[in-house]
Amino acid sequence: MTASNAARTRANAKAHGEPWIEIDGVAHAFGQVRALDRIDLSLEQHVRLALVGPSGCGKSTLLSIIAGLTEQSAGVVSVGGVSDARGRLARCALMPQKDLLLPWRTALDNACLALENKGLKRAEARHRARPLFERFGLAQFEEQFPAQLSGGMRQRVAFLRTLMAEKEVLLLDEPFGALDSITRGQMQDWLADALKQEPRTIVLVTHDVEEALMLCDRVAVLSARPGRIVSIIDVTIPRVGHRRAIVTTPEFVRLREQALEALEC
Amino acid sequence: MLTDTEPAAYDLTTHRQRPLIARWGIAYGPALLIVGAFIGLWELLVRALNVPDYLLPTPSAVARDFSTDHGVLLSATWVTLEEVLFGFGIAFAAGLALAIALHLSSILRRALYPILIASQTIPIVVLAPILVILMGYNIKPKLVIVALICFFPIVVNGVDGFRSVDPEFVRMMRTLDASRLSIFRRIEFPTGLPLIFSGTRIAATYAAIGAIFGEWSGSTSGLGYVMLQATPNLETARVLAAVVILSAISLLLFLAVSLVERMTIPWARIQQEGA
Repeated sequence: MTASNAARTRANAKAHGEPWIEIDGVAHAFGQVRALDRIDLSLEQHVRLALVGPSGCGKSTLLSIIAGLTEQSAGVVSVGGVSDARGRLARCALMPQKDLLLPWRTALDNACLALENKGLKRAEARHRARPLFERFGLAQFEEQFPAQLSGGMRQRVAFLRTLMAEKEVLLLDEPFGALDSITRGQMQDWLADALKQEPRTIVLVTHDVEEALMLCDRVAVLSARPGRIVSIIDVTIPRVGHRRAIVTTPEFVRLREQALEALEC
Repeated sequence: MLTDTEPAAYDLTTHRQRPLIARWGIAYGPALLIVGAFIGLWELLVRALNVPDYLLPTPSAVARDFSTDHGVLLSATWVTLEEVLFGFGIAFAAGLALAIALHLSSILRRALYPILIASQTIPIVVLAPILVILMGYNIKPKLVIVALICFFPIVVNGVDGFRSVDPEFVRMMRTLDASRLSIFRRIEFPTGLPLIFSGTRIAATYAAIGAIFGEWSGSTSGLGYVMLQATPNLETARVLAAVVILSAISLLLFLAVSLVERMTIPWARIQQEGA
């Protein structure tokens, strides 16, 4: 596909709400082990999709394929109209479960990694990252080293680092999986708020159905290995008010039941 | 790292840090005590058994030699110190450069790594006289020998250190648009630093031995030369005095490397305190 073609496709996608991420018949195997089995999915811009499934169902592999880090065995994945791995890599930023903050860099300098990779001077990168620390409740923590931060704070810095890559697509691989349940709840609220300010197309891998329903517009339930999509649930809950109020609405309870039922088959 | 002294460095009843002298006493006291006891026992036994001086002098006789021979020893020390420091410096620069090159280029790694290991199987004792014949009775063969002995642990630790990076960091960096060089500079190099310093500390203890080998193979000055001269004259106290100076040089070099490590890797201490 030529560059102008790609640009047109992207403009179209923006204008008409056409698929931004398209996954067409993607299958993947590690040697003899089949990890993914014919996945079809499409996602419009700024839509948030959750991939939920039992562990080992290949959901992280699918994320890695979308990111362009893993070459799929079969099928086509395109992001923003571009389907080669290098092009996808340029359009996606990945946030893994481990915060992977560099211990020798302060929180602010960790968030600057993507900008420095783009060739910005350190001072300039810091200047641009600093306002985000204020906006996302990390003021005063800029000069702390990762070892001095709590687990929740580290994930916030890791998210800012991902955001600073200025990519259209954010791929979140169980970002709060290592946190305790209280912190995880706080982080979900924080992330929902951050995404309200900085809308992005999101693919979130999680094994927590509640997290998927709280954060995403659509939930794809995957089967055990080899991963297949067993159900796609549109989340139609008005997310206003306290999280405790939301999770007890009949609609939320119904969707959770639906998702858990799909997980069992 | 001082992890093992950490619990003792704090008074557990008051949670207050002990004064510096107390901490040093806790850290180095046991070693000093053993060395002191060893020297005392040596002095006593040699005196009690009437061992002649040329066989084994008492520690006090060695100490006396420092004042009677200080002119000879001092000038020899400068010569050897120069060989040790420059040879070690060359080894560090060459070792680090080679480790980076081997890490970044798989062709170079496949081409040079086996040769590198093979080169270490050639005994330096054999190589030293050949180098002296080739390069003459000057400092050059000593520098080459010191560098040859010292650079190997730096290269091997460097290559291992750069490779010890969690591949997840590399994946994360790739989605943040990192180039190969950026991944090396921002991830692999800092990750490898602690291991490079381990290799450099090992090298620091080898450097003095290398200089002595070089001097034994052909020289007109230096501590190794002093030993060679003193041995047939049965001036054992002078030989031992030279050995003491050599040990001191090695020890100081080792401490200097540790100091540079502490300054270069401040996050290691922050990690400990944060944990």
